[in-house]
Amino acid sequence: MTAADSQPHTEAPPPAEAERRAHAPLWRRVLQVVAVPAVAVVGALIVGAIIISLSSLASGSLDLLLPLRAYADMFQGAFGSTRGILFTIASATPLILGGMAVGIGFKAGLFNIGAQGQFLMGALGSAAVGAWLAGAPGLVAVPIAIISGALLGAAWGFIPGALKAWTGAHEVVTTIMLNFIAGAVIGYLVTGPLEFEGFSFSRTGPLGNAELPAFEGTTIHLGVFIAFALVPVVWWLLWRSTLGFEIRTVGANPDAARYAGMHPALITILTMSLCGLLAGLAGAGQILGISHFMTPSYGTSIGFDSISIALLGRSNPFGIAAAALLFGAMRAGSGLMQINAGIPVEIIDVIQALILLFLAADIVIRRMLRIRADGAEPEELQTVTKSYGSGNAL
Amino acid sequence: MTEQARPPTLEMRGITKRYPGVVANDHIDLDVRPGEIHALLGENGAGKSTLMNILYGLATPDEGQILMDGVPVTIRDPNDAIDRGISMVHQHFMLVPVLTVAENILLGDEPMANPIFLDRVAAHDRIRELGKQFGFEVDPDAKVGNLSVGWQQRVEILKALYRQANILVLDEPTAVLTPQETREIFAVLRQLTSEVGTSVIFISHKLYEVLDVADRITVIRRGKVVGSRVPAETNEEDLAELMVGRDVNLTVDRGESHPTDIMLVANEVRVNDDRGHEVVHGVSFEVRAGEIFGIAGVAGNGQDELVESITGLRRTTGGTLTLAGESIATASPRELHAHGVGFVPADRHRFGLVLSFPLTDNIVLNDYQSEPYSRGLVRDADAIRARTEACVTEFDVRTPSTAVPAGTLSGGNQQKLVVAREFGRDLKLLILDQPTRGLDVGSVEFIHSETIKRRDKGTAILLVSAELDEVLELSDRIGVMYRGELVAIVDARSADKEEIGLLMATGGKVGSDATKKMTTELEQAS
Amino acid sequence: MDVLYGIPIIGVLIQFIGYVVEVTPGIAPIVLGLAAPIALGAMCGIMNERSGIVNIGIEGMMLSGAFAGFLVAGLVHQSMGPVEGFGPFGITPALLAGVAAAIVVAMLLSALHAWLSITIAADQIISGVIINVAALGLTGYLNRLLITPNPRLGAGTFSTFRIPPEVADFPVIGWILEMFLEQGPIAISVVAFVIVLQVLLFRSRWGLRTRAVGEHPRAAETVGVNVVRMRYRNVIMAGIFAGLAGAYLTLEGTSSFQNGMTAGRGFIALAAVIFGRWTPVGAFGAAVLFAYSGAFGQAIRIRPPGIEYPDLGAIVAAIPSQVYGSLPYIVTIVILAGVVGRSIPPAAVGRPYRKEEQT
Repeated sequence: MTAADSQPHTEAPPPAEAERRAHAPLWRRVLQVVAVPAVAVVGALIVGAIIISLSSLASGSLDLLLPLRAYADMFQGAFGSTRGILFTIASATPLILGGMAVGIGFKAGLFNIGAQGQFLMGALGSAAVGAWLAGAPGLVAVPIAIISGALLGAAWGFIPGALKAWTGAHEVVTTIMLNFIAGAVIGYLVTGPLEFEGFSFSRTGPLGNAELPAFEGTTIHLGVFIAFALVPVVWWLLWRSTLGFEIRTVGANPDAARYAGMHPALITILTMSLCGLLAGLAGAGQILGISHFMTPSYGTSIGFDSISIALLGRSNPFGIAAAALLFGAMRAGSGLMQINAGIPVEIIDVIQALILLFLAADIVIRRMLRIRADGAEPEELQTVTKSYGSGNAL
Repeated sequence: MTEQARPPTLEMRGITKRYPGVVANDHIDLDVRPGEIHALLGENGAGKSTLMNILYGLATPDEGQILMDGVPVTIRDPNDAIDRGISMVHQHFMLVPVLTVAENILLGDEPMANPIFLDRVAAHDRIRELGKQFGFEVDPDAKVGNLSVGWQQRVEILKALYRQANILVLDEPTAVLTPQETREIFAVLRQLTSEVGTSVIFISHKLYEVLDVADRITVIRRGKVVGSRVPAETNEEDLAELMVGRDVNLTVDRGESHPTDIMLVANEVRVNDDRGHEVVHGVSFEVRAGEIFGIAGVAGNGQDELVESITGLRRTTGGTLTLAGESIATASPRELHAHGVGFVPADRHRFGLVLSFPLTDNIVLNDYQSEPYSRGLVRDADAIRARTEACVTEFDVRTPSTAVPAGTLSGGNQQKLVVAREFGRDLKLLILDQPTRGLDVGSVEFIHSETIKRRDKGTAILLVSAELDEVLELSDRIGVMYRGELVAIVDARSADKEEIGLLMATGGKVGSDATKKMTTELEQAS
Repeated sequence: MDVLYGIPIIGVLIQFIGYVVEVTPGIAPIVLGLAAPIALGAMCGIMNERSGIVNIGIEGMMLSGAFAGFLVAGLVHQSMGPVEGFGPFGITPALLAGVAAAIVVAMLLSALHAWLSITIAADQIISGVIINVAALGLTGYLNRLLITPNPRLGAGTFSTFRIPPEVADFPVIGWILEMFLEQGPIAISVVAFVIVLQVLLFRSRWGLRTRAVGEHPRAAETVGVNVVRMRYRNVIMAGIFAGLAGAYLTLEGTSSFQNGMTAGRGFIALAAVIFGRWTPVGAFGAAVLFAYSGAFGQAIRIRPPGIEYPDLGAIVAAIPSQVYGSLPYIVTIVILAGVVGRSIPPAAVGRPYRKEEQT
């Protein structure tokens, strides 16, 4: 009974505007999509450079050229040699899967901070089953080990999904708690039932035939191909399948989803499990393809990396793949950067945080570049808290 | 009571306020004298609330001036308004449910025992004092959320009294009150104006109340002042005519309807709102195939909940609903859709469309999971696009392509998209809820003519609209909804616009005789 | 007693209670210390959420405060040379400087969160995540850069207040007094903060306006309360508690900084807020519960139930020790799942407030 009736819904730009935009040349449209993430990365690198310069004060004098040397070293380490490039690709592999694990969640309006725990459980599953099947023929051992890891990761995603759907417990806190619990579970199992005798430190058994086949002398294992192959698959799932349609609708407008006959609770559970599956797969890939065993304090930075990558890649698998390669390059090259320029590798975390900061302040960036918001904005940045204040959760 | 020599307490001159697509206030002039009760009368969306929001600093006018006691003033925010002695009781209560009565009343103007702590004792005393003076004893420590709506209203008024308002604005104050509570509030208002000299601005769409309590009445329609009256010189019919206007804009020729089988039957349907209060009290009606049954009524009289119960978005708490003989009271939206029920919701941004999705996804929102749009997990993009293009062409949706997000369309085209989706099937029953709200004339015309076409093809159509013109234009039979009841069902051919307007505003239960009786009672009470 | 042990479940239960009663006075002194960062984090969370802002960045604020406090205290200590600690708490200028630095840093991060949440109206949870990631990254980076090459950097810790042995030996309340008073300055002050915040929240003008702003900002606006300004002020001031929590970690609880040492306390604090129904006293109780479960877990490992508790001992031995270490995290999940449905947050929490004209 308010004059809400007299105030029409916010008018969208008149048709002429939309028409002009839709018929804009391809390069223009690509630019609009890529602009904000690109600015975020460049901005972060610039601020990172400032921080690096300032850090040089610690060793006495202000060295303004230090950032340039540091970035050059990073680039050199990542792309300067064949070995470097392969290492970059191998580093990007788990990040692609992790990024998708978070990105799919965003699409459903969920914030999956549990990629770390799901990754660890996937690693654990594949390490345990792999060791158990070490003697079996490779054709049997490898797939089963991979699937075990994926399933265990899925289970670790199922838990917060179910809690959210049935009790309203917000996934932000439950996934983080599960990250810690995963660490504890691994600590217990690897020093206990899964411990393999014969080494001076606690670790799981050798994988034998369960190891992922890899190219001779490189770190490019089967998992790399699986990860890259999954990119178009996940894209197809989200944008071309009915399930993906349901996931995206529940995330975009739960009311319309209900009217369309979808079940938001079911989708929540399914989506979180799917996210866990992908993160678990990443863990499986790392163990079966690179590390070949687990230790009780097996660590990873994939948790937060995945969030940044998902946001940078706008929850689009192809964007995520690109962002993952960027991060993979940074991590691969950071080793050389630390050795040559003396910059601690943690600077990557700082740059990552800066990227997130720039992304969040995208409105400010838009005004700077005079880009209009036309549905090309990172909606993930506006949707997650919606589920918070509805009487449940935090 | 009124002094001609002094300047009016309040004068609003030439107030104009524009929102995208509509002029909410169009050069409105209003003057209020000291100690008078001045009523602002008008339909939903006429612009009354906008005007008062401007007065209270919640909105700024594009043109015009406000003068108080003859002096021009600027009111930038509620603090300014409060400082100038203006107090407003909003239609949707501005009360914090978890805080106590005292806390709500004091908020913003707290008595302090020392710089940090509230002086609760002083507050309680003052509240009790005020309560006694005006006849309501309210417990200052009760939680507002536990009070009945009538008592919450009193707390809102106490809030204003506590601030010793010079001008008190009440926005639809009796919308949620019983007749008894209404009488009590009116007594308070009279006391205020005569004893304390406060001026009261009383916004309402209820004719008999306004005639009852006001000293002067200003009628607003579509953003303009259309008349000013003194109760002694007017009556309900005169006011109704001013409110709704005499001319009916006929944009389509309805033609004859040929209703056949009964499709939808509602029998003693009861529905609760989100807070658990019953807002539909046993509504019964039927809709036949090939006819349009329109439900007229001011928004907020239970129509939303009734529509939601028919479309599977809300449960009924009593009564039955059947479609072609089968019960649908517990059917889900998807089941109803499969049974040939179409629904154009009032809030297209909530239930109708996903604005960030392309037109294609929106067109198949209800059908995405069935052939030909998908087979199992795989969606058929070509089939979806083909259907979308057909819809866009047939329903003249202006868009550069079918792949743009629905949010880029104008309001009218968005609605046409929803209509295209819902109309474009074989339908047994079509439910239209405020289908042309906020749309341009061209879209309105188009949707109206498509609706008539569907009727002639044999669909049963239920139309719910707060636009009386629309209901009159399209409906073959008209029901009037008032306070959760269907108070009348009339044949459209013999319906009189003013009569229906009256029914919408009064429920038909209070006529001129009853009004006179109430007036006498009140005079005796005060 | 022995007879009752025979009945399986009751036996275990009685043994459990007996064990708890026996162990508690021993672990009581460390409970308040363990609870302090969680309780302070919860105070920060309460101030935020009561005003309507979701803040999951408390973890990052705590971590940054811990780091800044440690670094500044260490640098001041280094430049001033050893100084005699003053008073029962062993206060030195270095330690004070550290606490101040921790608070300032946390307040700066709070200001960032306020800006992103209120003015930019970005998603509040993402804003919190940014702060957490930034804190983790920056502290790790600066730790490696500045502290690792300097292993002897450190200003020590505040001393614990010692109560006279006669008081500590009081029959029943002795160990309670010990629990609350035999602490460092920050931990002792927690109780005071809790009480003060509780009183202010429900009896002062600030508290009334804050609660109104978090429940129904528009109603507050219509009576002249400046919603935006209140939210900014509250969020930034809440940073003080997060900073103190961090300072506790590196200047009172321990005397060193480890990467990621907050270990989820910031999130457990949020669970405490919910459990305590957004009241300081309630959240404090929840924090004590969490801390107790952590301490209890430790006690089980150090002093497992002995022969007096046969069945309990068997059960305990069978459960892996990591479970006890994870007890706070498990308890948090259980509480969130069980309590959340019935716990009602401030009505307007998480929704950006737009001062737009709404007719």
